[in-house]
Amino acid sequence: MTGPKRYSNQAYRRLRAVKRFGLYAGVAIVLAYMLFPYYWAIISSTKSRASLYSFSLLPSLDFSNYISLFNNPIFMGAIVNSAIVAFSSSLISLIISLLAAYALGRLHFPVSRIILICVLMISVFPQVVVLSGMFEVIGWLDFYNRPAALIFSYLLLILPFTTWVLTSFIRDLPTELEEAALIDGCSRIRILTHVLLPLMGPAIASTGLLAFILAWNEFLFALTFILTDENRTVPVAIGLLTGSSRYEYPFGQIMAASVTVTLPLLILVLIFQRKIVAGLTAGAVKG
Amino acid sequence: MQNRETRIAWYFLLPLLVALAAVALWPLGRNIYFSFTNAFLDNPTDYSFVGLENFATVIEDPVFWGAVKNTMIFTLVSVTLETLLGLAVALLLHRAFAGRGLVRAAILVPWAMPMVVSAKIWEWMFNDQFGLINKALIWLGFLDKGIAWTADPSLILGTIIFIDVWVTTPFMVLLILAGLQLIPEEIYEAAEVSGVPAWKRLWSITLPLAAPAIGVAVLFRTLDALRMFDLSYVIAANSENAMTMSIYARDQLIGFQDLGVGSAASTWVFLIVGLVAILIVSVLRLDRNTT
Amino acid sequence: MASVTLKEVSKSFGAYDVLRSIDLTIDDGEFVVFVGPSGCGKSTLLRVIAGLVPVSSGDVFIGGEQVTDVPASKRGVAFVFQTYALYPHMNVARNISFALETARMARNEIRQRLTKVADMLKIRHLLDRKPKQLSGGQRQRVAIGRALVSQPQLFLFDEPLSNLDADLRMEMRFEIAKLHAEISTTMIYVTHDQTEAMTLADRIVILNHGRIEQIGSPRELYDRPVNRFVAGFLGSPRMNFAPVSFDVSSMSLLGPKGFAFEGRLVGDAQPATLGLRPEALRIVKAQIPRSIQGIFERVEDLGYEQIAYVRLTEDLVWTVRSADPLPDHAAGQPVGLAWQTKDLYLFDDAGMRVDVLAATEPFAIEQS
Repeated sequence: MTGPKRYSNQAYRRLRAVKRFGLYAGVAIVLAYMLFPYYWAIISSTKSRASLYSFSLLPSLDFSNYISLFNNPIFMGAIVNSAIVAFSSSLISLIISLLAAYALGRLHFPVSRIILICVLMISVFPQVVVLSGMFEVIGWLDFYNRPAALIFSYLLLILPFTTWVLTSFIRDLPTELEEAALIDGCSRIRILTHVLLPLMGPAIASTGLLAFILAWNEFLFALTFILTDENRTVPVAIGLLTGSSRYEYPFGQIMAASVTVTLPLLILVLIFQRKIVAGLTAGAVKG
Repeated sequence: MQNRETRIAWYFLLPLLVALAAVALWPLGRNIYFSFTNAFLDNPTDYSFVGLENFATVIEDPVFWGAVKNTMIFTLVSVTLETLLGLAVALLLHRAFAGRGLVRAAILVPWAMPMVVSAKIWEWMFNDQFGLINKALIWLGFLDKGIAWTADPSLILGTIIFIDVWVTTPFMVLLILAGLQLIPEEIYEAAEVSGVPAWKRLWSITLPLAAPAIGVAVLFRTLDALRMFDLSYVIAANSENAMTMSIYARDQLIGFQDLGVGSAASTWVFLIVGLVAILIVSVLRLDRNTT
Repeated sequence: MASVTLKEVSKSFGAYDVLRSIDLTIDDGEFVVFVGPSGCGKSTLLRVIAGLVPVSSGDVFIGGEQVTDVPASKRGVAFVFQTYALYPHMNVARNISFALETARMARNEIRQRLTKVADMLKIRHLLDRKPKQLSGGQRQRVAIGRALVSQPQLFLFDEPLSNLDADLRMEMRFEIAKLHAEISTTMIYVTHDQTEAMTLADRIVILNHGRIEQIGSPRELYDRPVNRFVAGFLGSPRMNFAPVSFDVSSMSLLGPKGFAFEGRLVGDAQPATLGLRPEALRIVKAQIPRSIQGIFERVEDLGYEQIAYVRLTEDLVWTVRSADPLPDHAAGQPVGLAWQTKDLYLFDDAGMRVDVLAATEPFAIEQS
């Protein structure tokens, strides 16, 4: 054998085993970093007041925090408000942006590129920049301190995102399918509802879920446009949960609230994982 | 026929254009308009024009500059850390191993939670007396007694950056992973056969080819970090040591009810963010031309 | 059933001209094939006729009626796509009947037509399946079924066989030919495969850079190409070319390696290129009279025919096709090439074919 030095086959085998072990160790560390805080929140939420400070890594299965949380009308009301706001704003956004995405992604249309760039710019500009103007519009519409204020203002957050993602999904569908439908005599709207929509089921579900998460998690508008506790959404309700002093901070209850409002979302995210990744990266990688 | 198609396209676009005009362009225009007035929030119809006075008020306010400084430090440090960490994790998860799909899903957890919830969880873990982190550090012998991570003025920005890195690294990982997946496997196989060492494959193949994806991710994250509001608001309440530009502008507007100065502050934020965006985009373009 | 007429049809995408002033008439019941290299505009031309792509200028007539601005669904055309474009979420039956359903046809009649088409194409047992569960050939049949069911006056095929493997392609080619014989509706068929073009077409339209190079029957195009492009496009291996010049004083054509022959030409055309099909050439012994000289390079034996490569100059290699086994030659051995005058093609500077009235067989001259 000539050329550079070569080790024995056995040495290479050992080297590969070491690399393999390193890989799994790395993955374990990443998982611990990403998941442990949430695990700790779950543990803490199931501890009674006394054992909350015991640092045991195992749950103590005391559900008093959850019981008092579910008996808290403000918190339960906030969940209902959040659900209404997030569902309505996502649905409205999906409908509007699906129509727009079809025009932007498919119809030969001179200014579609410019519109897409504007949409993208709107999605990155700071919400605080529209705060005063939005305040005024919400006043005119008489939405102030109502869930409608949030449904309306969340369109700013959600519409650019859903438009961008759905446009890139629609572009991925084969053009010939649509030409076939045109020959078959479908109108544009029938193509959208009967040919493209059935094919986009998973894409729309995941886009809708992402839109729902955006709305569910929003804080700034929810804090600003809602005045009274009974109209608050979940993030603000949690943000404003405080005890009478710093040392009586109700951490057990806050953790229970945190787990309650995130668990359903997390389960959905895990179910739709593949499509969500596609949705999140669709615009970014190709754009 | 071409005209008909264009007309249909406009019909389909109409709802979007109307909605975006109502929630984005009009409010933005009004915000800039209010910047030149002395309107107050309790009675926004009664005002007169004051020229550039509000803009001057804002840039003469040291608190504003503190907020700008905090935001810049926060953005620079957190985006840098997120990019490096995101790249490392993405490279790790790009390898083949059992249960890869599940792991990729699991790392979405921090990202899918409301920022407020993440803030509260970490606030609890960082608690000076009962927090797990202090406890662990004391147990390991690094500390004698607990540190008030979220109360100490010199630590608070660092703590916020730490939490933000945890929250947004998954997003970075996803975008970079998507970029990595676009690189054809054969390129690596070719490099491996010709004996290119691993570090060189990373440096000369992976990074240049993934650069566009990383660039886009950095752009998005930077613009997002510049408008950060909720994390700092929840963790630091009104501590000036962690006040961001967004918090400052909202304080003027809602806290002090000063529509004119608040709008001027927002307009400054808008200009600063726009400037940074143009800067980053032109840097990215420059890279593309040289490679 | 309908004729198709195109008048000065042009199409450009931005600054890029895909079709440049196309004039074409297709008769009722004809089978016309559009063929040309990729990017020549053949697919766009088909979509213009279908109404899927609007023209930039010019007019389209189907059955004598002006349809330039009529939408695709109102033109009475059916289209078979390269990727079949079956609706993935509908079963075969619904795929086929979707157009009828869209047109709100009565259920009974839909069923009748569906059954008829399914029987004709022998896909009755597949009606409940989704496209995903079908093989390539079955999908192709369903796509044709979808076209048939609307009883169009014009069939348009866009490279329908290019996604099939060789065996199936031949079978489906035969089926399409049979279909045309049965229903004798006008059909327009786009392909880049010259075998499909030669075997299916009543007339072939050869396109290049958005222009029609030549229209004619397969035989006509093969025997009497109007220009060098058409001559080179049809035939496999392609026609052998060599630059020549005409020497007025000796009334002879001079080739690159000093081969020359006497010739009389029609008019005052100046031939610039000579063309000979591979099957028109014979390999003969080196240095015998009436042959040009080359070096034998290699032979490919395909079983049913043999293809030999003979190098004439540094950068000019000709192919020779022969159905009979070629005599054994070693690589590098000098050989001669001979042909009959009737097989000779000449093209002028612009690539247009020049008629040869008479020409002798080649003779070697001293290189000057």
